[in-house]
Amino acid sequence: MEEALLRAVLFGTPILLASLGALVSERSGVVNLGVEGIMALSALAAFGVALGAGPYLGLLAGVGTGVLGGMVLGLFAVTLRANQFVAGLAVAALGLGASGLLGKRYEGLPLEWTLPEGGMALLAFLLALFLHHLLYRSRFGLYLRSVGENPKAADLFGVSVDGVRYGALALGGGLIGLAGAYLSLAYRPSWTDGMTAGLGWVAIALVILAAWEPLRAVLGAYLFGLLFFLQFRLQGSVPIPSEAFGAMPYLLVILVLALSGRARAPKALGVPFERGR
Amino acid sequence: MRLELDPNPRPQKTFLAYALFLLLAFLLLGALFLAYGVSPLEAYALLLSPLTDPLGLAEIARRTIPLLLIGAGLSLAFRVGFFNIGAEGQLLLGAVGAAYAALFLPVGPWTLPLMFLLGGGLGAIWAGLAAWLRVRFGASEILTTLMQNYLAYYLVVYLVAGPWKGQMVFGFLYTDRFPQEAQLPRLGETLVHWPTLLLGVAAAVILHLLLFRTPLGFAFRVQGENPLAARYLGLPGGRLLFLTALISGLLSGFAGVGEVAGIHLRLLEPAQISLGYGFTAILAAWLARGRPLLVLLTAPLLGLILAGGDALKLSLSMPFRVVDVVSGLLLLALIGAEALGRHRILWRR
Amino acid sequence: MGAPKGRLPALGKGPLKARAGSGEALPVVSSPRARLGRPMLRLEKITKRFGSVVANRGVSLEVGRGEVLALLGENGAGKTTLVSVLYGLYAPDEGRILLEGKEVRIPSPRAAQRLGIALVPQHPELIEAHSVAENLALGLDLPLFFSRRGLLGRLRRLLSHHPLGVDLEAPVHRLSAGEKQRVELLRALLNRPRVLILDEPTSVLTPKEAEDLFQEIRRLKAMGLAVIFISHKLDEVLAIADRIAVLRGGEKVGELRREEADKDTLIRLMVGRSVAPPPKAPPPREEVVLEVEGLTVPRHGFPVQGVSFALRAGEVLGIAGVAGSGQAELLEALAGLRPYRGQVRFLGAPLPKDPARLFALGVAHVPEERAMGVVGTMSVAENLALRTYPRYAPRGLLDYRAMERDAEGLIARYRIQTPSPRTPVRFLSGGNVQKVILARELKDGPRLVLAMHPTYGVDVGAAEEVHARLLDLVREGAAVLLVSEDLDEILALSHRVAAMHRGRLVGPVPREEMSRERLGRMMTEGRA
Repeated sequence: MEEALLRAVLFGTPILLASLGALVSERSGVVNLGVEGIMALSALAAFGVALGAGPYLGLLAGVGTGVLGGMVLGLFAVTLRANQFVAGLAVAALGLGASGLLGKRYEGLPLEWTLPEGGMALLAFLLALFLHHLLYRSRFGLYLRSVGENPKAADLFGVSVDGVRYGALALGGGLIGLAGAYLSLAYRPSWTDGMTAGLGWVAIALVILAAWEPLRAVLGAYLFGLLFFLQFRLQGSVPIPSEAFGAMPYLLVILVLALSGRARAPKALGVPFERGR
Repeated sequence: MRLELDPNPRPQKTFLAYALFLLLAFLLLGALFLAYGVSPLEAYALLLSPLTDPLGLAEIARRTIPLLLIGAGLSLAFRVGFFNIGAEGQLLLGAVGAAYAALFLPVGPWTLPLMFLLGGGLGAIWAGLAAWLRVRFGASEILTTLMQNYLAYYLVVYLVAGPWKGQMVFGFLYTDRFPQEAQLPRLGETLVHWPTLLLGVAAAVILHLLLFRTPLGFAFRVQGENPLAARYLGLPGGRLLFLTALISGLLSGFAGVGEVAGIHLRLLEPAQISLGYGFTAILAAWLARGRPLLVLLTAPLLGLILAGGDALKLSLSMPFRVVDVVSGLLLLALIGAEALGRHRILWRR
Repeated sequence: MGAPKGRLPALGKGPLKARAGSGEALPVVSSPRARLGRPMLRLEKITKRFGSVVANRGVSLEVGRGEVLALLGENGAGKTTLVSVLYGLYAPDEGRILLEGKEVRIPSPRAAQRLGIALVPQHPELIEAHSVAENLALGLDLPLFFSRRGLLGRLRRLLSHHPLGVDLEAPVHRLSAGEKQRVELLRALLNRPRVLILDEPTSVLTPKEAEDLFQEIRRLKAMGLAVIFISHKLDEVLAIADRIAVLRGGEKVGELRREEADKDTLIRLMVGRSVAPPPKAPPPREEVVLEVEGLTVPRHGFPVQGVSFALRAGEVLGIAGVAGSGQAELLEALAGLRPYRGQVRFLGAPLPKDPARLFALGVAHVPEERAMGVVGTMSVAENLALRTYPRYAPRGLLDYRAMERDAEGLIARYRIQTPSPRTPVRFLSGGNVQKVILARELKDGPRLVLAMHPTYGVDVGAAEEVHARLLDLVREGAAVLLVSEDLDEILALSHRVAAMHRGRLVGPVPREEMSRERLGRMMTEGRA
């Protein structure tokens, strides 16, 4: 039982981190569909740097890559005011592709010094608490929420909508990068193409389930973690084909989406902000 | 620096925007090739190599077929506002349906049409499911169809490794070979299964006519451009979305049938069947700017990229993922250019 | 349009010349006393273009400390654009802005605020999901982290000179339109501005609330603020302004002191000609077209309850009401866009609840939001056929040539200004979009017209035409349910007048027994 809970938290951690990352930018009004790709590329960057310079520099590299990914999306979604959904999908493809391409030489290599899983999990939990505090008790958080609800009003109030959104994407990107680094440096210290296994999409769905609240995201992420763990455990001991287990998390996401379908999203989510006419 | 909406952009500016972004994409791709460890020039040459000989052209054609079918369906779906990212999964289900008809039902001259019917039907139902979830529960189809891809993937793996496992296994998983009646004719020695190609061309033309010359298409366009107006008019939004999903799923299913009946002649591991058609078809549809007829041009273009990617894989042992890189960069370049073209740049201190 | 009424006013400065926009320079009507010694704010020859449209052309203005300058002009004259330039939303293509004699650049609203320029926008733009305090907080220089109590305390201190009028902790979505505007005003006053701009502030207010607002403006004036008051309503302008500047077609065509101004002069400056009141409609017929009994529409806030009335052929029933009183929901329910309970009979049979069926039976709906009523990317012809397009496909394929031919006829009849029937509707001006909607809805000769703010944001000329077309139909026996915020429009067109108050219908009262004051009372107090 304890093992289940522990595993739930450990497996839920990358989901939590990625979800928090997506949540932050969505609260500011920008949908980040590129999570999967940014996470993959960050995982690779973290791994690559860690091989030569140790896990903590690797972690930094992962976070940095995540921030970069967020800013790239920002360029398209915020400055250029292009379609956020398509831009996100493109970034996802680009990230997955680039990581698969550049990561080929790292496949199968072992990592000597890894990051402590428990420490990372704790960090993730603390980050969720911090994010909650940030959103509701800080100046930046107020600006961020306002921009996500009514950017026109925020603009008239003198808030820099673009600036806040970039900030949210950078912060969110950093969190996603952290998720990726966790995967390749702590959870499964290695690199394989496709190691993100759709967790990025799960994280996006989790944002909806969590009603865009960081604290709820914690619960949701650990719940998913528990289910992933059960999937591994029950395999073999129950007369259900292993593929069914593999498919279960994704089926669960669909269920979650159906249940929370029309949850209250930030009003301006997904709409590029054009000043004036 | 600030961007302001420009109501009347000049065509030269739009052209420049596209040129700029495509150049950037080009350079970035070259940089990635360099980072991977190959000469960019060599890589680009390989990417374009299928254009140089008839065998290469056949490779392009072979990949164009599913892109055409899926792309036409997606261009309609995107127009109406149904963002179907699950073409990959619908394709796989089409393959499953075809395999079932080929391997487990009595065969005869009716087999090929039956395979298309069954495969297309399964694809349609699969997409329809996502539409139902959206209309009934408000669940985002972007996420549900994506998840459905994974479900379809596992289904095929299960079938091929389990109940439908073939007599002969050589390290890869696959079913028995399809009987003769379940095989699509091909062009000469190539893998171009031309009946499906014709189906794809017909789909693009028919959908274009439907969208722009019929009342149903008119309703589709209103729903897609302004759902509020559609509601105001009393148009059945949910039903329109559902219908769009069915059409898109049907065509993706057809693509799946074509792949297994025309090329592989058996059901295989999903990674062997699908080859990234789902996302690339999204690109083909997006490039076509909501006009199904233009998919006739964009699908071969992306077929070239896929064929080129294959060449890169074979000659330089590059992972096939490189195709995602090219597609992703291309898509970013296009939406960036389009967005830039719509705005004016203001330089203010 | 009929012969202009009245005589040319004797201004002592010579007759007014050509229409604005013809390229000829208009003599600016002003008196030496209109210019001030030391203006707080000065706009010099501001020009702003959007593509080929010139929204402002060489406009120059001044406002002094403790003075109210009214910016008068009809819809589309360029008032809001000018003020947007002042508030940093747009950069002017030409001209400059001087604040207390020094030239300034205003690249953003934040810069405007720092310079002491505050704007109360026409429609309250607030964060509905947040509290009043959280909204106001956006206008402050906040510390990195703050507490709720600290914020409230600080706000109360900063606003100690002004009566609050709202609960700081209330969520904004629960406030009435008037209260929301109060929040906007408080926000504007937070940082002690030097210049206060009010853009059409009374459009969402009842007559009493408007009077309160004027008191407030006089108080702020006494405190030394320079106030710019934008409006297209003459009565208000004459009530509150010290000086009046008139815009027409993007140019300033007149500037005078309040004492020199009268309604006729102002109308001529605003419109370039006299405006005739709409012709009266003949009395309604006997036949009852619409019977409503106990209509209830559930919604947030006050549900529409127990609405009952009857509408006869050839009758116009005008419904006024403070924003949010339920009149929009009432109309939407009848138009099939909202679920409702209660009995509604149309020509004796139960009224269908599907918009398509409704139109087929002869119920037209001119919606409040133009965005809902047209598809911007589709052509004028397609939009004119938005209700009837299946008719153009007898054998399955749409006949676009027939569609365009019919469109040309409607374009001529309704004087819709468009380069061609193929032009996408989004390139048309607001007034013309409205005409497209009207043409489409009225072309089949409906028996009942549900009209919601049909001339909102539309220039006087187009508004006249809209009224004329509606009245044509009324003469032929159509019944019109007219909901509008424009009390003048309601009083001019209606046979009977009613008001919505907190979801209940007050009245209807025959037009002859109605006055503006009485209507205002019906709207605010709920008594006929």
